[in-house]
Amino acid sequence: MSTQEVRALSAPERRRRRGIITMGGLGLFALAVFAILPKEGQPVTYSFVLGDEWILIKEWIVNSKSAALGFAIASLLAVVLATLQFKAGKTVRLASAIFAVSFLMSFLSWAAAGKFIPFTGLLQGGLLLSVPLIFGAMAGVLSERSGVINIAIEGQLLAGAFVSGVLASLLHNNWLGLLFAPIAGALISLLLAVFAIKYGIDQVVLGFVLNVLVIGLTSFLYKKLLIPYQSEWNSAIAFNPINIPILSKIPVIGPILFSQSIIVYLMYVVVAFIHIALFKSKWGLRTRAVGEHPTAAESVGIDVNKIRFKNVLWAGAVAGLGGAFFTLGAVGSFSKEMTAGKGFIALAALIFGRWSPLGAVAAALIFGFADNLQGLLTITGTPIPSEFMLMAPYIATIIAVSGFVGRVRAPAADGIAYKRGGGSH
Amino acid sequence: MKKFLSKITLPALAFTMALFVSGILVAISDSKVLALKSSPLSMLAEAFSTAGSAYWALFRGSIFDPELAKANFIEGFYPLSETIVAASPLILTGLSVALAFKAGLFNIGAQGQFIAGAIGASFVGFHFELPIVIHSIAAIAAALVCAGLYGGFVGFLKARTGAHEVIVTIMLNYVAGYFLLWILSTSPFLRPGRQDPLAPEVRMSSRLPHLFGSELRANLGFFIALLAAVGIWWLLNRSTWGFKFRAVGANAAASKTAGISVGRSTTTVMFIAGALAGLGGAVQILGSEPALTAGVGGTFGFDAITVALLGRGTPLGTVFAALLFGALRAGGLTMQASTETPLDLILVIQALVVLFIAAPALIKAIFRLKNVDEGEALASKGWNG
Repeated sequence: MSTQEVRALSAPERRRRRGIITMGGLGLFALAVFAILPKEGQPVTYSFVLGDEWILIKEWIVNSKSAALGFAIASLLAVVLATLQFKAGKTVRLASAIFAVSFLMSFLSWAAAGKFIPFTGLLQGGLLLSVPLIFGAMAGVLSERSGVINIAIEGQLLAGAFVSGVLASLLHNNWLGLLFAPIAGALISLLLAVFAIKYGIDQVVLGFVLNVLVIGLTSFLYKKLLIPYQSEWNSAIAFNPINIPILSKIPVIGPILFSQSIIVYLMYVVVAFIHIALFKSKWGLRTRAVGEHPTAAESVGIDVNKIRFKNVLWAGAVAGLGGAFFTLGAVGSFSKEMTAGKGFIALAALIFGRWSPLGAVAAALIFGFADNLQGLLTITGTPIPSEFMLMAPYIATIIAVSGFVGRVRAPAADGIAYKRGGGSH
Repeated sequence: MKKFLSKITLPALAFTMALFVSGILVAISDSKVLALKSSPLSMLAEAFSTAGSAYWALFRGSIFDPELAKANFIEGFYPLSETIVAASPLILTGLSVALAFKAGLFNIGAQGQFIAGAIGASFVGFHFELPIVIHSIAAIAAALVCAGLYGGFVGFLKARTGAHEVIVTIMLNYVAGYFLLWILSTSPFLRPGRQDPLAPEVRMSSRLPHLFGSELRANLGFFIALLAAVGIWWLLNRSTWGFKFRAVGANAAASKTAGISVGRSTTTVMFIAGALAGLGGAVQILGSEPALTAGVGGTFGFDAITVALLGRGTPLGTVFAALLFGALRAGGLTMQASTETPLDLILVIQALVVLFIAAPALIKAIFRLKNVDEGEALASKGWNG
């Protein structure tokens, strides 16, 4: 392509082109390293059955080398498809998704040569690991679409985890614990809202400090009360999974999506609600207006800071609910810093997903799946040292934000405090 | 003098408030205090004595310990020396974050850069045999290069592809942590005859000399950190490069129009920021913790952000903030050991101090103050900066 043609491309087109080039490089890498380089293949067993769902295929045994080759070629075909769509001026979303799945499968076939891979379990675990990320990213959407940067997701998650775990233990009632998780998250948000919106303090700084505050508070109380008086303060038991009749019997999909705890079902509702409300309701329109152009929004009579205040509180509530997943959705009891940086990964998913609810969900699912895959392969053993497997999701994120997402555009007024009458601090 | 007083009024009050609020936390979470629910007066007294003894331990562990001083007066200052030891790497990582802030970048990656520097310094420190002084310089140089490249890569990515530094640095922190775990399992980094992740100690020829005799751990690293602070002050306020950095930080679009290469500024700033954090790693390894372990990074990178925020992004402020946090860190250990007050209280105090400082309006309202210097509020650039 000559330089003049390059110049004629718009910014999103250039980004898309760079994405296609990155995908092409990765596809060729898969072809060479996963398919051609290994001397001989070994059988890989993919199992598709987890519980008592109806059985469609039980397992699929395939030679690792031929499977890696097949999926590598599929990924390269996806790149060709992407190129064609790009030339035709269309988006390349579908081709990118096909590419991602084929590339991962090619890698998996290579890494699991001679091993047994519980495929359904892998996806189910991946969904579970992405639950807090999805809640966290939704909290980000709510707050940032209205123009308030929410770095405090980590703190909101941790507060929700702590309060739900402790209250469920003290009151011997998981439902009360679950009820108070969003309230705990919203309390952290209240601090964010008051200082950021009322006093106009820098939101990134504030969010960071709130994280430190919550980590400090919960860790302090954990050591001071939860460890010495464990039976009273920290003995909550996780919710049992609920099988949804019929749906949970669907092969592969059933056990992944419809045999989960109440918190996962709440997550489906929250995501669907936020997606629809953000793009179809009056509230959604106002939220986006306030996040993009607060002065214009105010000129038609919208109270900018009131909308922001409410959204930030709701954001905290959603993240707090997600925090309950760490305790009541998984292990029951609380442990020190149990969110382990998940709030920051949720933030990455939010940006990766370009501040759209469904984009953020997709990104969170990728992170969760990669995390689970890494855990599985560390146990089964792979040709790569486990530390590099652990690094993979983070390196993949860096490649993705620099290759595919590139210069992201946040809501235009995100992070800028608003003063009535069209000024900013 | 009046100006100076007005400058420190706010931080001092913020610190007092933070101690007060944390003190309440210590008291109400104490089982002895809770047991006295029936008699409010004795409960209050117990609360005061609980919080009081925690803070007295904090002081004994960070400034001066009368018990230690009984035998040898100088040894009474052992805690102060520990404060200096804890503060030195914090000054450097804090400067790393502060410098990036001034250039409009939020460097969450000081943790990873610190680890990169520690790996570099450790390897040169134990692997090579070099004469004294030269060995230290070589180890420090290795740390600067490793961490500088690690940080510079972030700036380069941002300049070339627009990848946001917050995301990239968060990811690189994890990458550095796992890389450290891996490299500690490779043969050059294993101690002969050992299998656990513990590198050999760096050679004596590479270590930084102690400042006040061998009993106290305070070492030359503190002066290196102070020197770096002066250097960054000069860079930011007296050099052309620093002017460009600040210009880009203040308004990237205007700087571009004025002919400043924003991309080059971003890459350079992140290189220097990385090198500073890496220098922190080198000071830690060559000064106080000679063997590289998986936990070498501690929370230096995380605390660095609070230090830079408290120091409002200025080199002098960062030094004072790091000294305060170093004191809390050193004292917190004593407090945890002697009064069963968890070390995590320090995090609460730190967060509250920064929160109160960031919100001058709140402190002014509580203490009904009018004319105090609020200083320059630190502002990040958000996502679109």
